[in-house]
Amino acid sequence: MSIAIAMSGGVDSSTAAALLAEEHSTNRTGSSPEVVGLTMQLWNQRRLPQLLGEGAGEGGHASGRCCSLDDVYDARAVANFLNIPYYVINLEKQFEATVVRPFVEGYLAGETPIPCSLCNTEIKFAQFLNTARQIGAERIATGHYARIRRDPETGRHLLLRGVDRSKDQAYFLFGLTQEQLAQTEFPLGEMTKQQVRALARARGLPVAEKPDSQEICFVPTGSYRQFIDAYLAEQNHPHSPAGEVVSTDGRVLGEHHGIQNFTVGQRKGLGMAVGAPLYVIALDSAKKQVVVGDDRDLFRSRFRVREVNWIRPLAPRDAVDAHVKIRHNHPGAAARVEAHPGAEVQVEFLEPQRAITPGQAAVFYDDDEVVGGGWISQVL
Amino acid sequence: MQRIYFDNNATTPLAPEVFESMRPYMLEDYGNASSIHWFGQRAKAGVERAREQVAQLLNARSSEIVFTSGGTESDNAAILGIVEAARAERKHVVTTAIEHPAVLSTAKALEKRGVSVTYVRVGARGVIDPADVASAVRPETVLISVMHANNELGTVQPLEEIGRIARERDIYFHSDAVQSAGKLPVDVEKLGVDLLALSAHKLNGPKGIGALYVRKGTILRPLLHGGHHERDRRAGTENVAGIVGLGAAAEAARAHLREESDRVAALRDRLEAGILSSVPYVAVNGDRTRRVPNTTNLSFEYLEGEGFVIAMDLRGIACSTGSACSSGSLEPSHVLSAIGLRPEQARASIRFSLGRFNTEEDVDAALQILPAVVEQLRSVSPHYRKEAVSSQPSAVSKS
Repeated sequence: MSIAIAMSGGVDSSTAAALLAEEHSTNRTGSSPEVVGLTMQLWNQRRLPQLLGEGAGEGGHASGRCCSLDDVYDARAVANFLNIPYYVINLEKQFEATVVRPFVEGYLAGETPIPCSLCNTEIKFAQFLNTARQIGAERIATGHYARIRRDPETGRHLLLRGVDRSKDQAYFLFGLTQEQLAQTEFPLGEMTKQQVRALARARGLPVAEKPDSQEICFVPTGSYRQFIDAYLAEQNHPHSPAGEVVSTDGRVLGEHHGIQNFTVGQRKGLGMAVGAPLYVIALDSAKKQVVVGDDRDLFRSRFRVREVNWIRPLAPRDAVDAHVKIRHNHPGAAARVEAHPGAEVQVEFLEPQRAITPGQAAVFYDDDEVVGGGWISQVL
Repeated sequence: MQRIYFDNNATTPLAPEVFESMRPYMLEDYGNASSIHWFGQRAKAGVERAREQVAQLLNARSSEIVFTSGGTESDNAAILGIVEAARAERKHVVTTAIEHPAVLSTAKALEKRGVSVTYVRVGARGVIDPADVASAVRPETVLISVMHANNELGTVQPLEEIGRIARERDIYFHSDAVQSAGKLPVDVEKLGVDLLALSAHKLNGPKGIGALYVRKGTILRPLLHGGHHERDRRAGTENVAGIVGLGAAAEAARAHLREESDRVAALRDRLEAGILSSVPYVAVNGDRTRRVPNTTNLSFEYLEGEGFVIAMDLRGIACSTGSACSSGSLEPSHVLSAIGLRPEQARASIRFSLGRFNTEEDVDAALQILPAVVEQLRSVSPHYRKEAVSSQPSAVSKS
């Protein structure tokens, strides 16, 4: 009964590994080890050298971002400290195809994508799970702040937020299937971030004082715009088209240089002063337009969600009341969720919410339980 | 858990007698071999004895052996040394597509400096055709560099014929013999080489020490500047203990070459045959006859080599997907690509390389464990399930 833990070199996954190693050390039987640590090599930081800044380049290496040499070094140090076998697996090709490319394409199509959710669905709980099965591990674990429960009556698995409300990572896990949930453990679900750090220190883990990384793992500078420009340049992609900035009633107010530079609710970067502050209301990739308006125009109630994954099943044409989040840091609000055929759903908030953004995930909660979620496709 | 080491092409265990030969030079005879006094002389004596031992392994003269920090330095010193010492008009090098990175990267570095390089290709057998080397040669060619045995496939290159071509055209001939020294007879006269690299840790010697054979009269610019060590060929205080270890390893290899070669070939053949007969969809890569006796490189369809190596390691068996130098890199092995494998075949290739300390029991144990590991991996592969349903798997061996 062995388990593979995904180790990023950060405090969370390292502490999760420590908990698993402790739990399994008393169960050591047989000829192969119980806990195996693995780091996924997802993105080569040296590929877009213009993003690395000074000190990087032919001899240098990037640090502080996903898959940097430092992260692997840290993960390996923790694994050695815990005396568990450790390997690095290379998933760069798959990551580019299923996470990075859709990320860039999403922006070019006028959306604001969240690669982290896609990474969970496509890489961490698919590719990584597959590799774990290949090497003989029966289950996987990650350092996510989330909980899994099994309903004894139905046999179905439920996904719950972690106990730490300020770190709701279940939001990013809405895409998990029953099969994936059945093979996964989240050792940190019952802990707060403070408790995790305290435990890391108490155990003397090498990374106990390492700061958290906040940005998207493959964007070293934190600027997604720079990343997209660099990536498109590398791919010899033609320059993304310029277009018009228009008001909600269709008047042309100015010009923009690519809709990927904007996101719904954004106020800066419009380069014009019109008296009252202007916000991006919508992005139209077909017409290459950025639609602007005032703050009130950002408040909407109804929107469509595509590719919905139901963790607790909802039959088509059923409706359910749920607490819906439209962004990771959105507190969520009461809404009615109606299932339509073809994995599409229509959501209607009881109260209008600010800046519903296509490309973000809409996740439906019943108290702490993630009932399901999908990608916001259209604001109605 | 019993651990079995089948990665001898990456490195070999230090032989106990080699370690014993080194010990006095780490503890008691610690002198600098260049010092005039008794301490220096003792160290010098150890160095010179080792030099003679290496020379005997290669059928060379003592004065033609230069000690280096390993195979990589030897290759760099040979290639850069020849090209930099050559006249300005002679700036072309002929090498092959299957060389070790120590040679290829050096060649690429030369290209950046304006030297032109031709990389002769191989066929599916992984053996260079001397005629291709001959046709690549130009009036301005100053060096031909062809490895003796390929580290990934184990295939042996036809150095005698290439040596003849080099001599006819008055071109220096270098060979990276890191993977052949200690496994096959390496006779610099027979092979016709002017320069030859070898590395101690591939023949049960210590890491961090190697040798470069430099035929008398060869004009070579030194890589390292400093003192007058190694007849002005390689500056730097001698790694006396390492050199002594290399010497001892060379002598042991020479004494037992024939019988050890036969012994390890039998183990390798039994492992290879055992895998081919118990696992379907496997093929041997490269020529099976022109091969060092310890290596087999196999493609296992429907699995990922990386997962296989990890799964085997978790069960105590060490093998590798390609050369140690390329691990963690995204690109498939340049050697496997050069012999025509598609990327997915290259990624599904595993190298088993046996050595002096492997036994029949090791092979038995591996054959017990391996088929189940392969099945485990294949059971998780979506492609395999489709195939298994639509056809009858049978033991397939292609060579």
